[in-house]
Amino acid sequence: MLQQIIDRRLSGKNKSIGNRERFLRRYKGQIREAVKRAIDGRGIRDIERAEDITIPKKDISEPVFHHGAGGSREMVHPGNKEYVRGDRIERPKDGQGGRGKGQASDSGEGEDDFTFTLSKEEFMQVFFEDLALPHLIRTQLAEMPEWKSHRAGFTSDGTPTNLHVVRSMRGAIGRRIAVGSESRRELHSLEDQLEALLRDAPIGEKVSGEAIAALQARIAVLRNKVARIPFLDPIDLRFRNRVRVPVPTSKAVMFCVMDVSGSMDEGRKDLAKRFFILLYLFLTRHYEKIDIVFIRHHTQAAEVDEQNFFHATETGGTVVSSALVLMEEIIRARYNPSEWNVYGAQASDGDNWHHDSGRCRELLAEKILPLTRYFAYVQVAEEEQNLWQEYAQLVGVAPQFAMRKATEAGQIYPVFRDLFKKEGAQARAA
Amino acid sequence: MSTVMPLSQPLPPGPRPAERLPAPSDWTFELIEDYHRVIRATAARFGLDTYPNQLEVITAEQMMDAYASVGMPVNYRHWSYGKEFISTEKNYKRGAMGLAYEIVINSNPCISYLMEENTMPMQALVIAHAAYGHNSFFKGNYLFRMWTDASSIIDYLVYAKNYVAECEERHGLDAVEALLDSCHALANHGVDRYRRPSRKSLAQELAERKDREHHAQQQVNDLWRTLPRRVEKDGAAPEAKRFPDEPQENLLYFVEKNAPLLEPWQREVVRIVRKVAQYFYPQRQTQVMNEGWATFWHHKILNTMYDDGHLTDGVMIEWLKSHTNVVYQPQVGDRGYSGLNPYALGFAMYTDIRRICEAPTDEDRDWFPGLAGTPWLPALHHAMHNFKDESFVGQYLSPKLMRDLRLFAIVDDEDDEELEVSAIHDDAGYRRVREALARQYDLGSREPNIQVWNVNLRGDRALTLRHTQHNSRPLADGVQEVLKHVARLWGFPVHLESVDDDGDVTQRWAVEPKSD
Repeated sequence: MLQQIIDRRLSGKNKSIGNRERFLRRYKGQIREAVKRAIDGRGIRDIERAEDITIPKKDISEPVFHHGAGGSREMVHPGNKEYVRGDRIERPKDGQGGRGKGQASDSGEGEDDFTFTLSKEEFMQVFFEDLALPHLIRTQLAEMPEWKSHRAGFTSDGTPTNLHVVRSMRGAIGRRIAVGSESRRELHSLEDQLEALLRDAPIGEKVSGEAIAALQARIAVLRNKVARIPFLDPIDLRFRNRVRVPVPTSKAVMFCVMDVSGSMDEGRKDLAKRFFILLYLFLTRHYEKIDIVFIRHHTQAAEVDEQNFFHATETGGTVVSSALVLMEEIIRARYNPSEWNVYGAQASDGDNWHHDSGRCRELLAEKILPLTRYFAYVQVAEEEQNLWQEYAQLVGVAPQFAMRKATEAGQIYPVFRDLFKKEGAQARAA
Repeated sequence: MSTVMPLSQPLPPGPRPAERLPAPSDWTFELIEDYHRVIRATAARFGLDTYPNQLEVITAEQMMDAYASVGMPVNYRHWSYGKEFISTEKNYKRGAMGLAYEIVINSNPCISYLMEENTMPMQALVIAHAAYGHNSFFKGNYLFRMWTDASSIIDYLVYAKNYVAECEERHGLDAVEALLDSCHALANHGVDRYRRPSRKSLAQELAERKDREHHAQQQVNDLWRTLPRRVEKDGAAPEAKRFPDEPQENLLYFVEKNAPLLEPWQREVVRIVRKVAQYFYPQRQTQVMNEGWATFWHHKILNTMYDDGHLTDGVMIEWLKSHTNVVYQPQVGDRGYSGLNPYALGFAMYTDIRRICEAPTDEDRDWFPGLAGTPWLPALHHAMHNFKDESFVGQYLSPKLMRDLRLFAIVDDEDDEELEVSAIHDDAGYRRVREALARQYDLGSREPNIQVWNVNLRGDRALTLRHTQHNSRPLADGVQEVLKHVARLWGFPVHLESVDDDGDVTQRWAVEPKSD
């Protein structure tokens, strides 16, 4: 009888993955809804995290015919302590276990909903589904400033560090063989003749003596010639060749511009924060390296760290243009648009010193938008003030500009999706 | 399959070993081999006839994989298995449940999974329990012999998996998923209880598939031909000719053969689900017997190994602890009570049979005249070979065991305000308790009896199913959902009538097929 022990531990892990995929696929609708709720509800700081999804049990059950409650049935139970035949017992209430648990056995476990954990990746996948980075048209290759060097065969000139010794020596051997072959062949035949003469000619004969001398002279010339072939010649040298290929830039910088004046309360800041972080998460999908610059402003703008950006409170009026000026300065100083994909996100309650709004529009249109791939403005208040009106003039004119309003946490996600709709979807909607 | 005649008594032990088997908690392959060798030899002493064993070491995660696909090493893909996996994983991670220590597959060779996390004593327990207990049950029990073909199941499942995958590719995930959903809804109604299934090798199955597709389609066409073969002017009135001639209990088979609109690939998928369901049919009817048998034998084998000087005290303590947990029977009214524990009942019954054979009391002689005082080993094998849970309990549950377990029966009648204790473990009640418990394990009373009653051949092609109530127990909610699935398979309206004990229809359902 064949007996064997097989170690299966390394094989066939995740056999159920296909089943899980089918499961997720089937409940896509519910999962999407749940993800949406989760994003609204949970602190956005830890958005990139697994999520428990709950699906109503009735949606997930697989129906089969089975007996319902009612009729008459006789059940046997163990552990009788006090009953004798004919005793009558009060009927236990439904859903209650306990003694005489007559009903419950095959009418379901009484569990309510089906909850499972969507992994971080799956969660984000759903979250980002049918979103695509706007205007992600790669700049022309020629304009791509980032280069990567690739091997590309060998060349006959280069720096000593790139010298390929084996290739060079191989070339040298070939050259030495080729250049010297004629002389060597002659040399060998003359040597043979000389040897024959020396062996055959009678000693002291004049004719052969001259012939020998001539041969020897010729041999000496040829030897000399062969010896003069260089061991290594400059034309033998081979160098590793490297070419520079342009690579698409994969760096992005995201500017978060937020109004922190007195009118921005915690609720509004929270909305803004959600928007920024969604944008950040979204960019992490597309770029390897992302810098974030936080610019907050009231009447003056300042670049701050994240903590201060979200949590410091300020009072006073609002001059939005100060932030835009600072943003432009920072771009010019640190983030060359030919190397960086610049994204801007501005959040404000729309409150601005009224003379300043026109200047904001100009700054945006002339200075900032040409440098950025995308600039989104989100107003976290309902009423449309002059900043909104000024900005509204840019919509449609500048393709990389978009603006929306969001007044509740629940609106952030739709607004976000709206802003970053797939281009195709946008076209269809238009 | 040849049945070895059961031994009339255990064979004598081999020479006593110089020292006991080492008992570190971590197992090694060599150690498993050593233990296995002794377990095998000990099992042979009791004449356990098994398929060849294939022990496979797997991780907890793989164990969950196996759980999810109904314990099979390979199966077709379906979302419900994904759901199963997710809930298993969740419960496991939350610590709400431990994984079973073992899964064993009724195949030839018989595959037993040893979980990596198990300690050496646990592996020994699993080997004795699964590889010798369950394995010999699979090979010996008449239901398994009749309904399953251990040698071809794995091949068949591989075929099923590939076929379903192919269908998904050709006809789309949605179409296949919907079809499987519908088939699963009827999976418990995919067996002819009173007809032996034919046993075919996979090669035969495949060879016949083409013919079958062709033939089946022809039959269906014939059934639904709109031109009457011969105009029946008088004589037999059309409505007098019923189809099917007799009610059919195998709904899936009926659908496979007669559904008007199914395409050949859909019929094949129905067949696959039916075949797989049929494979599990014996398991549903032998839970007490099967688990009890395996538990009895791990207990016997490991104890014998101890007596023969193979096992250390530490190993004994460890597996006994698990054993005790497995056969724990909470009493009614306890918090953890959820019915009779099949392990506990089965173990107690086999142990009791042995007791009746070896040390019968007068009561036992009275109740089991043919059993009391006979050699216990053949008696036990006889019980394992020839019964299912229902008949096993009906035959072997002894008054002593009923007293030990303090069994009592309760009648729950919906017309009655209160429950009534109908019998307890006393002279007046033994038979009634035993009958009630046997009935409880009867598949016929556990699952509703639903049969194909009629097909309207001349009219709207509606299919009528009939539910014959058992003790006037109605169907649970969800009937409408199941009928939707039936309608999807049938392609035309489906009706269900529920008939009470007097033959009156008490409830009706009707579903139109969705036009999608």
